[in-house]
Amino acid sequence: MELLLDSLFNGVAIGSVLLVAALGLAIVFGLMGVINLAHGELMMLGAYTTYVTQLIFKLPILKPFYNSYIIVSIFLAFIVSGVVGILLEKTIIRKLYGSPLETLLATWGVSLILQQFVRSVPLAYGTGLVISLLIGLFLPTTFPSKIKESINFKYFKFSSWIFAALTGVLTGSVISSSVSKLSRASARNVDVTAPSWMRGQVEIIGTAFPKTRLMIIVITLISVIAITLFLNQSAWGMRIRAVTQNRQMSDCLGISTEKVDIITFGIGSGLAGVAGVAVSLLGSVGPNVGGNYIVGCFMVVVLGGVGNLLGTVLASFGIGIMTDLIGAGRLLSIWPDMPLPLSNAINFFATTSMARVMIFALIVIFLQFKPTGLFPQKGRMVEN
Amino acid sequence: MRISRRILAGLATASLAVTATSCGGGGTSGSFDDTVTVGILHSLSGTMAISESTLVDTEKMAIEEINAAGGVKVGGKSYKIEYIVEDGASDWPTFAEKSKKLIDQDGVPVVFGGWTSASRKAMLPVYESKDAFLYYPIQYEAQECSNNIFYTGATPNQQSEPATDFMYKRSPAAGGDFFLVGSDYVFPRTSNTITKAQVKQLGGKVVGEDYLPLGNTEVAPIISKIKKALPDGGIIINTLNGDQNVAFFKQIQDAGITPSSGYYVMNYSIAEEEISTIGPEFLEGHYGAWNYMMSIDTPASKKFAASFKKRWGADRVVADPQESAYNMVYLWKQAVEDAGTFDDNAVREALVGQKFDAPQGPVEVMPNHHLSQTVRIGEINAEGGFTILEETGVVLPQAWNQKHPSSKGFACDWTDPSKGEKYKL
Repeated sequence: MELLLDSLFNGVAIGSVLLVAALGLAIVFGLMGVINLAHGELMMLGAYTTYVTQLIFKLPILKPFYNSYIIVSIFLAFIVSGVVGILLEKTIIRKLYGSPLETLLATWGVSLILQQFVRSVPLAYGTGLVISLLIGLFLPTTFPSKIKESINFKYFKFSSWIFAALTGVLTGSVISSSVSKLSRASARNVDVTAPSWMRGQVEIIGTAFPKTRLMIIVITLISVIAITLFLNQSAWGMRIRAVTQNRQMSDCLGISTEKVDIITFGIGSGLAGVAGVAVSLLGSVGPNVGGNYIVGCFMVVVLGGVGNLLGTVLASFGIGIMTDLIGAGRLLSIWPDMPLPLSNAINFFATTSMARVMIFALIVIFLQFKPTGLFPQKGRMVEN
Repeated sequence: MRISRRILAGLATASLAVTATSCGGGGTSGSFDDTVTVGILHSLSGTMAISESTLVDTEKMAIEEINAAGGVKVGGKSYKIEYIVEDGASDWPTFAEKSKKLIDQDGVPVVFGGWTSASRKAMLPVYESKDAFLYYPIQYEAQECSNNIFYTGATPNQQSEPATDFMYKRSPAAGGDFFLVGSDYVFPRTSNTITKAQVKQLGGKVVGEDYLPLGNTEVAPIISKIKKALPDGGIIINTLNGDQNVAFFKQIQDAGITPSSGYYVMNYSIAEEEISTIGPEFLEGHYGAWNYMMSIDTPASKKFAASFKKRWGADRVVADPQESAYNMVYLWKQAVEDAGTFDDNAVREALVGQKFDAPQGPVEVMPNHHLSQTVRIGEINAEGGFTILEETGVVLPQAWNQKHPSSKGFACDWTDPSKGEKYKL
C-alpha cells in the first residue's frame, strides 16, 4: 500500500511538472495552432521573475513578508510572461498565422533572443523593461472612449509610451541600486530558495512527501481549474472557443478575433510563466532552463490530442506515472518473482536515460495507432 | 616552429575574421627582447562558459605574473608572453576548428584549453596530426595518453580511488552500501566502472546506479531508487554535471536524504565555485575530493587565492581546475626555458621531470604526460568551503586505470620510444 502510494505520488509529481509546463502550450498550440518554440523561454522568464521577486522581498521593507514571496511571484510571473507573450503576438506571430514553418523559425529566433537577453542585460533593467512594456501596452486601453475615438489618440498613445519608458528606466535604476545582485549582467545560473515553510517533508498516512512537490501539484491543480473555468464559464472563454472553432463565422458575428488572439496568446504565455515558478523550485534558474522542457511539452500536447485540455492532463499524468514505473524499476517490487529474462529487461530500462528512450518509443507506437492523440478534436475544424 | 612577431597590427587584421578574439598583455614590452604568442581556447559562450571562463582568468593571471617577473628566458633573450583567446562556444567541433586556426594561422607554440572530455576528444586528432601541443587542465576519466596532450588534472586514481577508500573505511557511513549517480556521458560512466571494481575489492556492495541525461533535471525516479536501495542511509557517489547538481541536492534534501539521516554524498565535480552556486545549506556535511582546495593552509595556496582575488575581484574563489590551469602555464614556461627553444619536440622532452611548487604542494611531470599530485578529502562546511579531513602523500598518475577491466596492467611512457602510449606492465 505504502509502495503504491509512493509510486502514485511520484508519478503525479513528475506529471504535474509536465502538465504545468504544457498547459500554456496546450492553449497556444492546441487552440490557436501556433507552434511556439519560445514557450520554454517564457517559462524561463517566469523562473527569473521568481528569482527577482525573491531578492526584492529580502529588502528591509518587504522582509516581514518574505515567506509569502513565492505566492506573489506566481502572479508576477503570469503577468511578466503574459506581457512578453502579448508583445510577441502583436509584433511577430500575428503576421504569421497560417504559416506554421515561418512561425516555427521566427519563434525559435525569439527564443534565442530571450536567452541572450537574460545573459547580457542586468535583471534590474530587464524588470524595468517589462514594466515599461506593461504600461505602454495597457495604459492606452484604460483611457475613456472619448479620447480613444478622438483623432489625436495616437499622440496620447505616444505620450503614454514615453511615460512608460521613463517609469521603466526609473524602476530599473531603483532596483539596480538597492539590490546589487541584480545590477550586473551574468550568464551564471541563479538559485531560487524556497521559503522555510515549503522545505522538508510532510507525512500523510505514513508516507513522507516533499513539500515542494506538493506545492507544484497545488499550483498545477489551481492553474488547470482556473483555465477550465475561464474557457467554459466566462464570456471571453466562450469567444475564444468560438474563434478556435470557426474564425470567419465568429468574425462575422462581431467578435473581435484580433482581441481574442491577443488574450488567448497572453494567457497561454502567462501560464508558461507560472510553470517557470514551479520549475524554479526544483532546480537552478538559467537561460537554458526552459529549453529542457520544450520537447516534453509538445509531446504531452500531441499525445493528449491537440486542442483538448483533458487530453493534456491525462497525457502528462500518464507519462509521469510511466516514467516512475519504468525509471525506478517499480514493476520488480510489485511482482518480485517474475521470470529472469523479463526482470533483466526491466532492470535494463530502469535508469533515467533508458526510461526516456522507452517512453518515447511507447509514444511513437501509440501515435501509429492513434495519430491524433488520446482525445482527437472532432467537428468541422478538422475538416478545415 | 614559427614565433609570431605580429603584435597589435597583426591581431587587428586577424580579429576581423574571428569572433571573440582578444589581445592580451597590453602595455609596452620595453624591457623584453621579443614576444611569444600562446593560444587560450575555452568556452566563453554557451553552457560551459561559466566554468571555463574562470580558467581563462587564471591563465591570464599566470601569464601576467610571468611577464611581471621578466617573461620567458630562451637563449639569453627574454620573451614577453602574449595570448590569443579563442571561444570554443561549448561546441565540440568548434574546439577542433579553433585549434586548427591557432596552430596554422597564428602559429602558436602551445594551446592551453578545454574542459569537457568531449572537447578534448574533438581536439585530440588535430594536435596529433599537426604534431602540436595541447595543455589540458581538468580532472578527467583518463584511459587516454596522447603524446600531444599534457594533462594537469587528476586521473581517477588521484581523485575517485582515495575518495572511495575514505568513504568505505573512514567516513561516518563506513562499511555502508554504495549508490552511484551521474550525468549520462563518458566521465561518470568510466569513473563509476572504476568505483564498482574498487568497491568489490574492498568487500563492499554497490546497490544501484543511475545516469541522468544531460539537461534533464527530473530526479524523482532516482530519489525513489536511492530510498529503496539504501533505506537506512549509505554512501552516494555523485558525478552529476553542473546545474543538475542543484536539482539533485535541492530535491534529496526535501526527500530527507541528508547527512543527519545517514546519507553521505561524495562529489567529484563540486568545487568551491559550484558550492557557491548550489548553496552551502544544501551541501553541508557532504564530501568532496580534489587536489587543490581553497582552504589549504600554506603560503603558496594563500598567495594564489589572494592574487586571484586581487586581479579579478574580492568575491571570486579559486578551485581545483583553476589551480591546474595555473600550474600548466608555469610548467610550460619552465620546460621552454630548460629546452632553450619553443620547438614542440624539445619542449615535450624537457617537460617530463619538471617540478613546480604549486599552490597544492609540489607537483612533478611524469613520463605519461600527467602530474603527480596530492589528494585531499574535504567536508563541505557552512561557509561554502572544504574542511580538509585527509591528505595523501604524492600520488603518481595512472593514465590507464589499474582497476578498470579494459586497462588493467597497462601503462604509458613517452620517454621510452619502445613503450609509448600503451604498453603492458
